[in-house]
Amino acid sequence: MEEKTLAKRLHIDVPLLFGLLVLCGIGLVVLYSAAGQDLQVVFRQAIRMGIALVLMFCVAQFSPIQLERWSLWIYLGGVSLLVAVLLFGDVGKGAQRWLDLGFFRFQPSEIMKLAVPMVIAWFLAGNHLPPTIGRIIFSCVLVIVPVVLIAKQPDLGTALLVGAAGFSVLFISGIGWRFITGFSLIIALCAPVLWHFMHEYQKRRVLTFLDPEQDPLGAGYHTIQSKIAIGSGGLYGKGWLNGTQSHLEFLPERSTDFIFAVFCEEFGLMGVLLLIVLYMFIIFRGLIIAVSAQQTYGKLLAAGFVMTFFVYVFVNMGMVTGQLPVVGVPLPMISLGGTSIVTLMIAFGILMSINTHRRMLSD
Amino acid sequence: MALDFPFKDNTQETSLIKHRVVFTGVIIVLLMLLIISRLIYLQFIQHEHYITLSQNNRVKILPIPPIRGLIYSRDGILLAENQPAFSLEIVPERIDDLDKVIKDLSEYVTIEKNDVERFKKLLKEKRRFESVPLRYNLNEQEVARFSVNQHHFPGVEVIARPYRRYPLKDEVSHAIGYVGRVDEQDLEQLDKSNYIGTTHTGKFGAEKAYENLLHGKVGYQQVEINAQGRIIRVLERTPPEPGKDIYLTLDISLQLTAVEALAGKRGAIIALDPDNGDVLAMVSSPSYDPNPFVNGIDFKAYRALLQSSDKPLINRVLQGKYPPGSTIKPFLGAAALAYSAVDPSETIWCPGWYSLKGSTHRYRDWKKYGHGHVDLNYSIMQSCDVYFYTLAHELGIDRIHDALTDFGFGRTTDIDIGGESSGLVPSDEWKRKTYHQPWYPGETLIVGIGQGSILATPLQLAVATASLANHGHLVSPRLVYEARDPITNEIESLQNKKQKSVSLYKESHWKTIVQAMEDVVHGDRGTARRSGMGAPYHFAGKTGTAQVIGIAQDEEYDEKAISERFKDHALFIAFGPVEDPRIALAIIVENGGSGSRTAAPIARQLLDHYLINDKINAG
Repeated sequence: MEEKTLAKRLHIDVPLLFGLLVLCGIGLVVLYSAAGQDLQVVFRQAIRMGIALVLMFCVAQFSPIQLERWSLWIYLGGVSLLVAVLLFGDVGKGAQRWLDLGFFRFQPSEIMKLAVPMVIAWFLAGNHLPPTIGRIIFSCVLVIVPVVLIAKQPDLGTALLVGAAGFSVLFISGIGWRFITGFSLIIALCAPVLWHFMHEYQKRRVLTFLDPEQDPLGAGYHTIQSKIAIGSGGLYGKGWLNGTQSHLEFLPERSTDFIFAVFCEEFGLMGVLLLIVLYMFIIFRGLIIAVSAQQTYGKLLAAGFVMTFFVYVFVNMGMVTGQLPVVGVPLPMISLGGTSIVTLMIAFGILMSINTHRRMLSD
Repeated sequence: MALDFPFKDNTQETSLIKHRVVFTGVIIVLLMLLIISRLIYLQFIQHEHYITLSQNNRVKILPIPPIRGLIYSRDGILLAENQPAFSLEIVPERIDDLDKVIKDLSEYVTIEKNDVERFKKLLKEKRRFESVPLRYNLNEQEVARFSVNQHHFPGVEVIARPYRRYPLKDEVSHAIGYVGRVDEQDLEQLDKSNYIGTTHTGKFGAEKAYENLLHGKVGYQQVEINAQGRIIRVLERTPPEPGKDIYLTLDISLQLTAVEALAGKRGAIIALDPDNGDVLAMVSSPSYDPNPFVNGIDFKAYRALLQSSDKPLINRVLQGKYPPGSTIKPFLGAAALAYSAVDPSETIWCPGWYSLKGSTHRYRDWKKYGHGHVDLNYSIMQSCDVYFYTLAHELGIDRIHDALTDFGFGRTTDIDIGGESSGLVPSDEWKRKTYHQPWYPGETLIVGIGQGSILATPLQLAVATASLANHGHLVSPRLVYEARDPITNEIESLQNKKQKSVSLYKESHWKTIVQAMEDVVHGDRGTARRSGMGAPYHFAGKTGTAQVIGIAQDEEYDEKAISERFKDHALFIAFGPVEDPRIALAIIVENGGSGSRTAAPIARQLLDHYLINDKINAG
């Protein structure tokens, strides 16, 4: 048995940790500017990041075998909490997402971002791959039930991410291309039905996405202002703390969902390319972990998490640059807010666990 | 036994997953390239376009605070208006060295220490890009001097804003109250989104009580601003809804007459319309000028007002608690009739003093050698104390408590502007609770002449008097009777809070009491007969003289020898005309000596003004 490094002993993946820490650092720097140079806000965010990192280390200590065993229970627990939210949840900002446990409030929908890929990986890894039709259909049900529950809250952004997480695992498991095309067709056919069930503000967002100039001061305001912020940043940006769009308060939600626009305005195209390289580094490190994982469960889950992380990045950047409709998806590790960071860090903790518990099992 | 499932083919699975992961990686790279190409398009190809947009085409949403409603009197006199005044304001974000700028500014504009202090305080509450006022009410020379030198002071501006002004200054200040700057305490109670951009809110009186009518609804405008933050043009405007104008029930000419009557004295006058509780005049003297309060009165002036022994900030009508003295007698007389404690035609002998059975203590009458034979009518007309000692003893404190409570004493009158004290009507239960002592019969006698622990506000006295005038109808007073929309002129009538009736009483009881009160003024032995002489109408009244300090038994009351502050309070309640009462009054002059000599003549003056002048107008 080879000598274990300290990192291995602690179940840490050094490249991944390095990438995440740099990303968090960038996040705090941008946040200081976006939040109007309020050190308090930055400090609180740093504390959230610290908590998330600690959780990541803790989760990394569990072996993938243990995680596989808990998958179903976490999933069932999460679904019951979602039902509880619909029944007794707190209404915050017009949507019913929070569950008040007396001492703290949290969003059960966040759990599902982890629990859905876990349960699908568990369900599919138990049998021969590629999965049979029956298994594929049952997996779809496992994904769709929480997605519908979350969309009902209504939280379109999270529903999208949870769905993406579940279907990513299905895709990695090697389902046939016929299913993938068929499935895409069904979604295309369902779109009008979905439209019917959407909330007014969700419809407006989609319409605005199709033609933002239609309503420049109402629903299209976000997109137009963020495009001006990005475009005016140019190649090298206006410099840190000098973004006029954000500092003169033209850009709405500039410390949360639209923080990417602040980044683009202040650091320019060169800065953004560096940021994208950093994200790609993390993503590819994750994909390598997925490929080299020993257990099928680990492979499926790691790939699923990495794809979810990518969907976060892509959807946020797509909506801020005006290529996708405005859905509430934060830019991972950079947007202000604790919940998504905690969830993602736990996912990376699982990735580290998959990577570092590998060799011990092989002997 | 055959296996249900084939062995898992690990190598096949691994390669399948590997293929999918590689495929995923390719897709991810392609999608990222899509984002990157979009960024190149926005930041490189279209950069010129967007930099122009960001420099020139900045759209900002600004709140437009609504214009506060005006306050008028019922006779249409403007009592509170909005007048543009110039203030010197600073946007802190655009200033490097605030202290230096303030120092430089003081060359052109007077800036005092408390201006700087107030500015520093406001600075902490506002955001860095919001403009903060340094000086209010610049005069024209200051505006001119600053404007010439404005180019030295980027980030400093003279701004004309409407400020509240009270043209009648101290003459109606207690009724109207005033507005002041919105503070954190106010924000807890106000709808924050509606108060974005609002700087002032009602702090006292009608300004506070009718805040939600006066304030209106905030509006918004979407404006284009340039790189310096200046507005270039307005794109879209949602106008604010101005606050409603409110109309006070005050009759200003009566109010001014009352102010004049109390000039140089401490005291209170309240006049009500007995039909509906409309406050016709409300004067608390001395008063204060509310105008300096609007933008924050300076500390020294405020302390002077606060510490003045004349207590100008207190609204004596609502908050002054006085022993009612003999003005309580008509109400106790009515109570005795209702409980059948006395026969109005029966007389008692008044030797000038009264003693309880088995006690040698003499409760003195104000008339040293007594009134002789006294019945109920004569006892009110002559204000015989011995009659009321007897009557109070017959009634007992608990029935006195119930009856006076019925007349509205000891509880708030529910006047619409609020902020009143409830006074005190003592009872056996009250004394046990407060002092853990039983009630002594001697105390009942003292309460019988309106002294001792009983306390009433002038407003309570007026409301109770109005209920005598309209034979048992207890109105809740109001200061505002309608609101008008300044745009549509739509009139909204405001209702009194509630109307109660004094129970127990018969019509004959009212007649007896009212007759006695009429005799106080018009009878040949009435205590206020001098004030009733020659009046072209008949009115009813009752004098009262309330002791400020206790006078020991058999000690002569020497008005000259004791200091001004220990002189008796002079009281008078009245209503008129007797046959169809249109006004009810309560007057108190602190340390005014005797009710008949000081307070009653004021009542006559006010009644003359209101009843005779009005008749001329009507005719």
